[in-house]
Amino acid sequence: MRSRRNTELALLAVSSAITCGAYALASLGRNASMPANLLPFFAIILGLLLGAHLALRRFAPQADPTILPVVALLNGLGYVFITRLASDIPDAELLPGQQATWTAVGVAAFTATLILVPRIKVLDKYRYLAGIAGIVLLLFPLLPVIGREVNAARIWVRFGPINFQPGEFAKLALAVFMASILAERREVLQHVRMTFGPLSLPQPKFLAPVALAWGVSLLVMVAEKDLGSSLLIFMLVVIMLWLATDQVTYLLLGFGLFLAGGWVASRTFGHVQDRIDVWLDPFSDPDGVGFQPVEATFALAQGGLTGTGPGRGEPYRIPEVETDFIFAAIGEELGLVGSTGVLIAFVALVSAGLRIATRTRDDFGKLLAASLATLIGLQAFIIIGGIIRIMPLTGITLPFVSYGGSSLVSNYVLVALLLRISHDGAMRPDMAPVDEMEPVA
Amino acid sequence: MNRQIARLGMGLLIGYLVLFVQLNRLQFFDAEEYTTHPENSRPLIAEFGAPRGDIRSLEGDVIATSVDIENGPFARQRTYPLGSLFAEVSGAFSFNSGPTGLEAEWDAELRGDRNVLTDGLRELLGGESTTADVELTLSTSLQEAARDALGERPGSVVVLDINTGGALAMWSWPTFDPNPLSDIDTSVAREARQQVLAAEGNPLLPRTFRELYFPGSTFKVVTGSAALEADRATLDDPIFQAVTSYIPPLTTNPLANFADGSCGGPLRDLIRRSCNAGMAQLAVELIGPKPLVETAEGFGFNATPPFDVPGAVASVMPTDFGARIGSVDVEPALLDQFDVPPKPIDLTDNAPALAQAAIGQFDVKATPLQMALVAAAIANDGDVPRPHVVRTVIDSTGSIVHRADEDSWRQAVSPGTAAEMREAMIGVVDSGTAQRVAVEGLLIGAKTGTAQLGKDIESTHAWVIAFAEDPFGGDRVAVAVLVEADPAIGEQTGGRVAGPVAQQVISAWNDVRTDLGAIATPRP
Repeated sequence: MRSRRNTELALLAVSSAITCGAYALASLGRNASMPANLLPFFAIILGLLLGAHLALRRFAPQADPTILPVVALLNGLGYVFITRLASDIPDAELLPGQQATWTAVGVAAFTATLILVPRIKVLDKYRYLAGIAGIVLLLFPLLPVIGREVNAARIWVRFGPINFQPGEFAKLALAVFMASILAERREVLQHVRMTFGPLSLPQPKFLAPVALAWGVSLLVMVAEKDLGSSLLIFMLVVIMLWLATDQVTYLLLGFGLFLAGGWVASRTFGHVQDRIDVWLDPFSDPDGVGFQPVEATFALAQGGLTGTGPGRGEPYRIPEVETDFIFAAIGEELGLVGSTGVLIAFVALVSAGLRIATRTRDDFGKLLAASLATLIGLQAFIIIGGIIRIMPLTGITLPFVSYGGSSLVSNYVLVALLLRISHDGAMRPDMAPVDEMEPVA
Repeated sequence: MNRQIARLGMGLLIGYLVLFVQLNRLQFFDAEEYTTHPENSRPLIAEFGAPRGDIRSLEGDVIATSVDIENGPFARQRTYPLGSLFAEVSGAFSFNSGPTGLEAEWDAELRGDRNVLTDGLRELLGGESTTADVELTLSTSLQEAARDALGERPGSVVVLDINTGGALAMWSWPTFDPNPLSDIDTSVAREARQQVLAAEGNPLLPRTFRELYFPGSTFKVVTGSAALEADRATLDDPIFQAVTSYIPPLTTNPLANFADGSCGGPLRDLIRRSCNAGMAQLAVELIGPKPLVETAEGFGFNATPPFDVPGAVASVMPTDFGARIGSVDVEPALLDQFDVPPKPIDLTDNAPALAQAAIGQFDVKATPLQMALVAAAIANDGDVPRPHVVRTVIDSTGSIVHRADEDSWRQAVSPGTAAEMREAMIGVVDSGTAQRVAVEGLLIGAKTGTAQLGKDIESTHAWVIAFAEDPFGGDRVAVAVLVEADPAIGEQTGGRVAGPVAQQVISAWNDVRTDLGAIATPRP
């Protein structure tokens, strides 16, 4: 099936053409001149994408051909905006170079993942390691000395010169752990139950994973003040339970627990209540806590239908625009057309992921693919929804678009796993290795 | 599990549809509500950094211009290369408090006809801007002469071209530097503004056309004109007794001459020597309230001058001198000089105030600009010029979108009255209190003023109003100089303190008037 990879190559060419076009336009818009380094830029983009593409050709030739081009588009668009913003934000000269480096690291991690995980089943064996790693990673920032608090959120860890957010990797580890556990126990969870009137619940010992997820996410919310990750992890666990068991009770229970946790947190912790107040009425304190969402709203409104044009808006007015709020910058300079394009890209990514899940036969791969797709879809939804005031704002990166090494690398690993599952699932039984074939009667 | 996955996909899709709907609201349907939201400073910032025309002096020197800025939110910075020299007229271009002065008055023209969408395109294509330039009648060299002559004394200097009404100089001290106030760094601008607001003497106040002072004896030109206009006196009749003071009716408080000197004679001498007693007597016994008020209003008192810098204030002539309670008993010696005795004039409740008003005290208040207009009207056959500082406004295509209206503002007195008063004022320079104003080669008339601020206050405002003419016709200017009272100095007489300032400014004008005249000639 070489044609899949050829399709991918053609799509990648489109993605890099769009990226380079946006790069040139942003430079034109800002300085009325073509960027001097357009050709090297184009070469590097092409080189990185070609590297990822060749890795797929070599290690997962049957994988879905649309995922990498969509990732390339989002990553490229993000890079263009980070470069464009760097000239307007104080002390941001190094951001484009760093983001480019992290992209290279991301592609390397992508390739390494494809090599280290030749079949997705391999991961199934490391379920407990993954589970422990997930929890440890999540709690890392709480450790003294290496844990660091930035903008009131304690989600950073420093090792020598390198800062990273372990939470970005923790969600992957937790997804592997949950997929593995649930694939094994879904039968039990589905059938062993106890009933309270109309409510039918699994027996308490099988509720442990939900309770654990609830506890971990609450801890993340309270101790690290990382509302976004907390919400993401909790929703992930609840959705996976529901996927595995088809028991709506889990959704209801999870939803109820999160509301209860959120309510208590909002009563107890100022930062949660602040977020909710600003969500309900950002204009109540437009120069204080409401400043960021209010400026983001103005930026989006300024963009209108077709945007101010790349490089011609004022997105630098929004604090944290290069990370959490980069979507507002895209909405301002590319307009509704551009912001909708980003939405469509994420819908395409999620659909590709879910399609992979439905085509995968083994439960672990299926659950993992669905949860990885859900992770990307939810994370983008949470931050975009927060920016455009569909829900309270919780600081979290926009996958592949925002500035940030941890996010970029972990998401490249995520799509590598997704593509690995895709490749496995697309292998016809007759092409599968002999030892995995069912004995023919 | 595929059923759940399909539902999950549907759920996520619905979530993204909600995002899409909300994006449509924010970016399209409700976009205008947000782009024009009062909390939204984007339009202000765009405005502040937008292209903007220049303001230039008569000689073409750049007073205000916008220079491009490489980085930051603002595309341009407004700068004033001449610093504070024209600040009280140009105003500043402040992000926090908006434009002031001419920057405010001609804002629309300076900004030009703009369109956010096409401007970006036009700029990209290197096209012309549509901003207009404002060209002033104010001369850099005369403004500098006024600044140097006044020095660091609170006060004002106004120089008007009598032929056109165009101001050649409008200087007052203290003033301010518009540059820091217009800084794109809003914290710099805010601090500069706080400093200038806290500074002594209110530097932001354009004293020339916004501050009111007792005109003192300079107002005797108005009082004298009222007498001439009402045919109650000529320059030579009647002759007032030489006295040291005059006691108006209904009071026992004498109104004394300057330094309690003895002073009298006909109107010509009352003006020349600035006799308070005689002028007060003239006003109370021969003019009366109504003609005096009418004449003052003829010169422009109680009316806001049609000045083209925002904020000009009206000078004040009180109109209410009380109810009529009879007729004034004219002093017999004075009455004897009339062949036909004048009709007795009204005596009102407040005759002592009228006596004070006649010498520019009581509640009479004038801006330096108004007093320059008084001098100008006397030299201009009684017509008050229309004061202005903007000569032309020229758009980017070079066509004139505004030209100053050079017709006179109003008629103060008849040409005959003006001619007589002109003669009297020339006498003041020849042999009166304004001899220090004389400039070789020019025909100059003037009137000094030493305005008291109150009964027990020793310090005084020093005034001179003057007109200067080329004796062979043509160039004419009117000048008003005011040096504010300084408690540390005490009494400052108009002739001694303001006179030399007027003399320097007129002399400077004499040096450059030929050159300036050549520039000021209207374009074809």
